[in-house]
Amino acid sequence: MSARERIAGNVASYVDDRTGAAAWMKKNLKKVFPDHWSFMLGEIALYSFVILLLSGTFLTFWFDPSMREVVYEGAYVPLQGVEMSAAYASALEISFEVRGGLLMRQIHHWSALIFIASIVVHLMRVFFTGAFRKPREFNWILGVGLLTLAIVEGFLGYSLPDDLLSGTGVRIAHAIIQAIPVIGTFLAFFAFGGEFPGFIFIPRVYIVHVLILPGIFLALITVHLMLVWYQKHTQYPGPGRTEKNVVGYSLMPIYMAKAGGFFFIVFGITALLGAVASINPLWLYGPYTPGQVTAGSQPDWYMGWLDGLVRMAPPLEPVIFGYTLSLNILIPGLIIPGIIFTGMALYPFIEQWITGDKREHHILDRPRNAPNRTALGVMSLTFMLVALINGGNDLIATNFDLSINQIMWFSRIGIIVLPPLAFIITKRLCLSLQRADRELVLHGRETGRLVMMPSGEFVEVHEPISPEKAWLLTQHEQNAPLELADVDQRGVRRPGLIKSKLRKRFAVAHAEQVAKPTLNDVHELEGH
Amino acid sequence: MKRLSKYRRHRIVAPLLLIFALLGIGTTFQVAGATTASVMTAEERTKAIAEGKEIFLRGCSSCHGLNAEGSSISPSLIGVGAASVDFQVATGRMPMADMSQQAMRKTPVYNDEEVAALAAYIASLAPGPEIPTDDMLNYERDGSIAEGGELFRTNCAMCHNFAGQGGALTKGKYAPTVMGVKPVHIYEAMITGPQAMPVFSDKTLTPEEKLSIIAWIKSAEKEPQLGGLALGRVGPVTEGLLVWTLGLGLLVGIAVWLTTKAR
Repeated sequence: MSARERIAGNVASYVDDRTGAAAWMKKNLKKVFPDHWSFMLGEIALYSFVILLLSGTFLTFWFDPSMREVVYEGAYVPLQGVEMSAAYASALEISFEVRGGLLMRQIHHWSALIFIASIVVHLMRVFFTGAFRKPREFNWILGVGLLTLAIVEGFLGYSLPDDLLSGTGVRIAHAIIQAIPVIGTFLAFFAFGGEFPGFIFIPRVYIVHVLILPGIFLALITVHLMLVWYQKHTQYPGPGRTEKNVVGYSLMPIYMAKAGGFFFIVFGITALLGAVASINPLWLYGPYTPGQVTAGSQPDWYMGWLDGLVRMAPPLEPVIFGYTLSLNILIPGLIIPGIIFTGMALYPFIEQWITGDKREHHILDRPRNAPNRTALGVMSLTFMLVALINGGNDLIATNFDLSINQIMWFSRIGIIVLPPLAFIITKRLCLSLQRADRELVLHGRETGRLVMMPSGEFVEVHEPISPEKAWLLTQHEQNAPLELADVDQRGVRRPGLIKSKLRKRFAVAHAEQVAKPTLNDVHELEGH
Repeated sequence: MKRLSKYRRHRIVAPLLLIFALLGIGTTFQVAGATTASVMTAEERTKAIAEGKEIFLRGCSSCHGLNAEGSSISPSLIGVGAASVDFQVATGRMPMADMSQQAMRKTPVYNDEEVAALAAYIASLAPGPEIPTDDMLNYERDGSIAEGGELFRTNCAMCHNFAGQGGALTKGKYAPTVMGVKPVHIYEAMITGPQAMPVFSDKTLTPEEKLSIIAWIKSAEKEPQLGGLALGRVGPVTEGLLVWTLGLGLLVGIAVWLTTKAR
């Protein structure tokens, strides 16, 4: 034993004697995680969050969250002598006078966009593979909560620099608050401390943006990860993988190295974007004054769908008892997002109710093997995409020589017609893929080798697939739809018949499958 | 003098004298030529009007009518003034390429003299806004960039975008980009209000304020891409596109690469 080893050993046993850490470490450092690229999407979000914390802290050293009016005398000539808020002036200072300030600001903003984008792709992975099923429903809800908070946090950050674009965004947020019936006006006064824009909004937004929400994020992310740790990671189906084991590599050293390296890659790509591509060039926007607005006022992409919904809303503003009800803002700005996010959060329970499946699931579904769920997911994404595209309708109009009115009408009709169409197409595609799988198992792989039979007939030689592949294609269970009798044993109509009829219809739709090949099918085929 | 006269037969003298003579002739021609172009005599004006009418009858009257009175598909040009003609024709908007929503900027069909003649003809029909002279357009002397920015954001950005990149209007109409437009044409656009644009009279925006706006536009044109690639200066849409294509593309690609098993 060398001297170094002895010293290290002594330190380790000193710590272990006092904390008992060795046993815990021994167990947990060997914890096994399955390996798949789609399991790293959430990691991108986690690392982006770290980058956001670091770059955000840097920005707080110079940012002055105040709406006090100052006259700009900084380095950017086209704004010299212009009156603006101290917040905007300090954001300009960060951009032009603080060493590395512009790079840090751009890294912070790009990172925010990547953060939410990676949350969305992570959510898509979890949804389409059914990873939200028991026992992971709570973690799914936490994830939906994190996404919602991330959108709010991003929007608040976008609002902070008090440039023309952020002010316009805040104005729209103000309008959405005001559109709430009865209490809207009071709420708006409460949030802004008086008339828009007032003097108190940015300091308030600042403290929420840099302290309250990051704190909540830290707590929720910790719980999110602890639940992954405790419940263990789901895995894709494959030979040797069961509901009771996890097949993969151990945390130490494989994942320590992989995850550590991946963090630096995420940081590197974010820094690359921050270094070469401008984001939110706030000096061009100018300071916010309520009298100004610019063409192409758009939110960041994660709010773009909301903007798109507002842009396509018909002008419904009924006056009831002398009070205007702004349905044109209320429906796209609050009601539809409310339905979407509530539905998303409750989806695990809805699916459980439909299937009646109360068992734990640790093996993931291949999306084609859950056609109804996959189709539902694609349907929702189509809805969001149509809304998002309409959010950029002005740029589409100018770049593709189209009329903004035509795009709006396309979106209004498309948002109703296209999602169901996407549902039907996706479901058919899933079932076709299942049929292809069945074909593959029963008849093998097409080799592309043509053989001429003595009779002159040409046939293509099929090669049986490997047992591993055959297992992968047939391992999933296919459950019959939930049986729900309309009458009980005595022939009396059950209460809540409409609900149960609905449930039955959903269950049948959900259980629609192409029968996977059974052993009998294979034997039968071998017989002839 | 004596010292100098000693060299009068030096071999360098002849070429030197030639150069001075050429410079003298050139300068005289420049100065004299400039004065004749800016001030038109009554005779020249009459000639230009006649020439302009000729061009008008050949190139414009099929839509605008034989006496510029307009028709169901085109406005009357009586009283639109020389500035309007100069803006529309010298930027290539008129004659229109097709009957689409809006005339677009393109390579002009007529040369400078023809445009001047057309302008003189239309101005002769009824008084209207005049083409601003070079002295009226000295935006570097009379305009302030910062004030121009404020005025641009208040009056122009709602259609032309915060960086003058243009934007969409209703039913296929659009506000074009103001980048790369000659100062005289920007000025004319403000005083004549072409197509969907409102007129900014001297009461709404004083001549100095107009020059400030031009000064800001010219400074925005020259502004380097400060934060890296400008992505079109159209706001967050292109940023979102970049993040979903390059950003997420790279990250997911690397995740796939990291989990690829060695074969």
